[in-house]
Amino acid sequence: MTDQPVTDSSPPADERPPKARPAPVPDADTAEYWKAAHDGRLLVQRCDACGATQLYARDRCRRCRGVVRWEEASGRGTVYSFTVIRQNYQRPFRDWIPYVVALVDLEEGPRVMTNVVGCDPALVHIGMAVRARFEVVSDDAGIALFEPAP
Amino acid sequence: MNGTRRHAVIAGVATSDYPYLPELTELAVHGQVADRALADAGLAFADVDGLATAGFFPMYAVGLAEYLGVTPTYLDETNTGGSSFEVLVEHAAYAVEAGAAEVVLVTYGSIQLSQMGRRLGTGGGGAGMPGPAVHDALWGNTLVGNYAMAARRHMHQFGTTSEQLAAVAVTMRDHAAFNPQAQYRDPITVDDVIGSRLVADPLHKLDCCVISDGGAACVVTTAERATDLPRAPVYILGGAHASTHQFNLSAMADLTTTAAARSGPAAFARAGMTPDDVDVAQLYDSFTITVVLTVEDLGFCAKGEGGAFVEAGGLGLGGRLPTNTDGGGLSACHPGMRGMFLIVEAVRQLRGECGPTQVPDAHVAVAHGTGGMLSTGATLLLGNEAP
Repeated sequence: MTDQPVTDSSPPADERPPKARPAPVPDADTAEYWKAAHDGRLLVQRCDACGATQLYARDRCRRCRGVVRWEEASGRGTVYSFTVIRQNYQRPFRDWIPYVVALVDLEEGPRVMTNVVGCDPALVHIGMAVRARFEVVSDDAGIALFEPAP
Repeated sequence: MNGTRRHAVIAGVATSDYPYLPELTELAVHGQVADRALADAGLAFADVDGLATAGFFPMYAVGLAEYLGVTPTYLDETNTGGSSFEVLVEHAAYAVEAGAAEVVLVTYGSIQLSQMGRRLGTGGGGAGMPGPAVHDALWGNTLVGNYAMAARRHMHQFGTTSEQLAAVAVTMRDHAAFNPQAQYRDPITVDDVIGSRLVADPLHKLDCCVISDGGAACVVTTAERATDLPRAPVYILGGAHASTHQFNLSAMADLTTTAAARSGPAAFARAGMTPDDVDVAQLYDSFTITVVLTVEDLGFCAKGEGGAFVEAGGLGLGGRLPTNTDGGGLSACHPGMRGMFLIVEAVRQLRGECGPTQVPDAHVAVAHGTGGMLSTGATLLLGNEAP
């Protein structure tokens, strides 16, 4: 085009100290999930009525509206798909480039979005076996990252 | 939409100046396209009794009515992201066919580029995302990253290649060369696309749409009303929409099958048509993978064969399905929710106004919008012959 915009997508250099990973704000649906991850356990919900498992946490089963209860997951799963992020203007992510964002199918069924850490991004592949590794992000919340399963 | 006494038509269309409008506010872009679409239709603001638009604030259409100084008795601001305008025009068709409105003005305006620069698509979400959206917002994923994961999965399941995805971008650029307003017009090759930097593997910079300012509009009324108007009417033959998830890609059951797999068949059924009846297509091309998924899900080729379809020139002028004849979002203009542009270009094709990119004997067009994180699909079938 003739009049090239002069707008710049790069924010000015940020000299502040590294920013922490964002922490979720627990609510009535999710507080137990985040608290468990804080304590190093991965939970999934299972429906009393139909047996289906689900994440993210909801107050009822998304398949049949049955009552759900928490159960501890094995923490094992496989990579369903992934990407290596090479551009993100927001901190702290900008400081971590390149990093892997992945969808992991847990052994118990539910699919979660996560980061695959602890290996070269070039080694991540669909079908890769991974296991949960927890990180505390606030007083009442932790998150499940995944790393290659041994 | 057959079998009713009143038939919905598009009587006028317009695009704004684009791709860079630093002198206009977002609402002023709406105003510019409203003026032009009404002039194209031979109508005035006084004729408008319906207003439909989508934006990122509640009561958006109400605010636009206030800004434009109109007092419609039909308002719609359904927001399904980039597919919103296919939904709004589908709704407008129902409204005029039911007699709930006579003239519905549907407008889109954005100054995404002037306001935000080129950040759309490469932000990280964050813990501030509302409600369940927080679940996918903690990992530094980006809008591009969501579509990248769909592309990666499609490659894994069907052997789709980066070269095949690149063919989409190359064809769109070929078309943009004929559009004097297009943001980028210089020809590119498959090697240029693959050689451009990776934004989120496997998507390169040139697999991603441009970021623009701009707007577009159309006027929906009845065939009966259009007989007194200057433009040949374009009939709204059928529409349908669907969704798979909102912002959480983790809630999408199959990353290789989009909402288009449900909106497409439903729209074709309502129009009494099949993909074989379509002469020209305007398909949301937020990313190259979006188009590959859409041609499959709408039934222009089998699931998994979209890569081969686009690589064989299927989207080009003279191909099986000439697509995005204005250069699309990949090269011409993408202000954030491009769906209205798809409808305008479809109408221009059906009115035979597209000059060097005119598809000969175009009688039926499909416009398909894709919104959110590959979340929503809305299909609209248009034709220049009465149903």
